[in-house]
Amino acid sequence: MSVLQVDVWRGREDGRFQRFEVPRAESQTVLDVVTYIQRHLEPALAYRFACRVGMCGSCAMTVNGVARWTCRTHVARVARDGRLEIGPLANLPVIRDLATDMREFFDKWARAQGQFAPTATRRDEPARVAPQSPGRAAADAAIECIGCGVCYASCDVVAWNRDYLGPAALNRAWTLVNDVRDGARGARLRAVAAGAGCHACHTHMSCTERCPKRLSPTASIAGLKRATAAALLKGEL
Amino acid sequence: MSARGETTLWIAQRASAAVLALCVAVHIGVMVYAVQGGLSAAEILARTRGSAGWAAFYGVFVAAVAVHVPIGLRAVAVEWLGWRGRSLGVALHLFAALLLALGLRAVWAVVA
Ligand code: SF4
Ligand code: SF4
Ligand code: FES
Repeated sequence: MSVLQVDVWRGREDGRFQRFEVPRAESQTVLDVVTYIQRHLEPALAYRFACRVGMCGSCAMTVNGVARWTCRTHVARVARDGRLEIGPLANLPVIRDLATDMREFFDKWARAQGQFAPTATRRDEPARVAPQSPGRAAADAAIECIGCGVCYASCDVVAWNRDYLGPAALNRAWTLVNDVRDGARGARLRAVAAGAGCHACHTHMSCTERCPKRLSPTASIAGLKRATAAALLKGEL
Repeated sequence: MSARGETTLWIAQRASAAVLALCVAVHIGVMVYAVQGGLSAAEILARTRGSAGWAAFYGVFVAAVAVHVPIGLRAVAVEWLGWRGRSLGVALHLFAALLLALGLRAVWAVVA
C-alpha cells in the first residue's frame, strides 16, 4: 500500500508545517486524509467539517496552494508525487491549525445587506415568481452558495484591501437585488456600492475559477456594478 | 467613499476608457497612415496648426487621460500602499490637474 506524505499546518499565523505519513486509500478525499491524521496520528489537530458531502461549506482549506472544499476533493486529483500540503484558508485569521476565524467573512455578508427584507406577511398570498423571469434566472445562477469561503480566500483584492466586501457577500447581495419579494433594494445597492464594495472588484475571476459550486461571483458583481450605476443615473442611489 | 462617489468614479472610469479606446485607435491609425514615406516635424505642424478639429480631438484625448489615470492610481494607492482618505483624494486631484495642464500645453504647442 502506498503512503502519502502530508504536510499539515500547525499553530497560528506564526506556525509551521508538520509532516505526517498517511496510507493511501481508494477514492480518498483530502478530508479523509485530515481525519485520518486527527484520529490516528495527532488527536490535537484542529480542523472543521460537518456534512462531508459538499453542502455545509465548513471544510475548505488550502490544498497544495489552492483553496478547495476538502470533502469533495479527491487526493488523486491534487496530490503531486504522493505529496499534499494542507493549510488553513488564506485571507482569514487562523485560530489554530486548519481552523480559520470566519467572522469577518460573514460580517461582510451582513454589511452587504445579505438579509432578506420581507414585504409580505403570513396573511398574504405566497408570491408568484415566474421561473423564466430575468430576476429569478439571475438569482438562480447565484443562489447555490454554501458559504465555504473558497472565493474569499482566492481573491487578491481581499488580500490587498481588508475592507473589501469580497465575492461571496456581493454574490449573496446580488441574489436579493433580483428577488422581487425583497423590500430593501435601495439600501442594499447603497451598501454594496459604498467603500470597498462591488466597484473595488478587478474582475480577476479567481473566485469564479475556484468556486466549488461553479458559481460566478464575478458575474454577480458585474451585475451589481451595472445596477448601482443605473440607480445612480436615475437619482436613486 | 459614499455609494454615490464610488459609483460615479466607476462610471467615469468606464466612460473615459471608452473614449480612450477610440482616441488611441484614431491616434495610431492616423500616425501609421501619415508617416508612410517619411514625415517631418514641419509637415506635422503644417497639418495641425490652426486646426480646430485636431485641437478638439486631442483636447478630448487629454481630458479622458486626466479622468482615467487618477482613478486607476487610486486603486493602486489603496491596495498597494494602503494609502486612503483625504490626503489621497487631494493628491489625486492635483495629479489630475497636472496631467490636464501638461496635456493641454502639448496640444496648444501643435495647434496654436
Ligand atoms: S472577480 Fe472580483 S471578487 Fe472575484 S476574485 Fe476577482 S477581484 Fe475578487
Ligand atoms: S461563492 Fe462559491 S466559493 Fe464563494 S462561498 Fe459561495 S460556494 Fe464558496
Ligand atoms: S464538510 Fe460540508 S462541504 Fe465539506
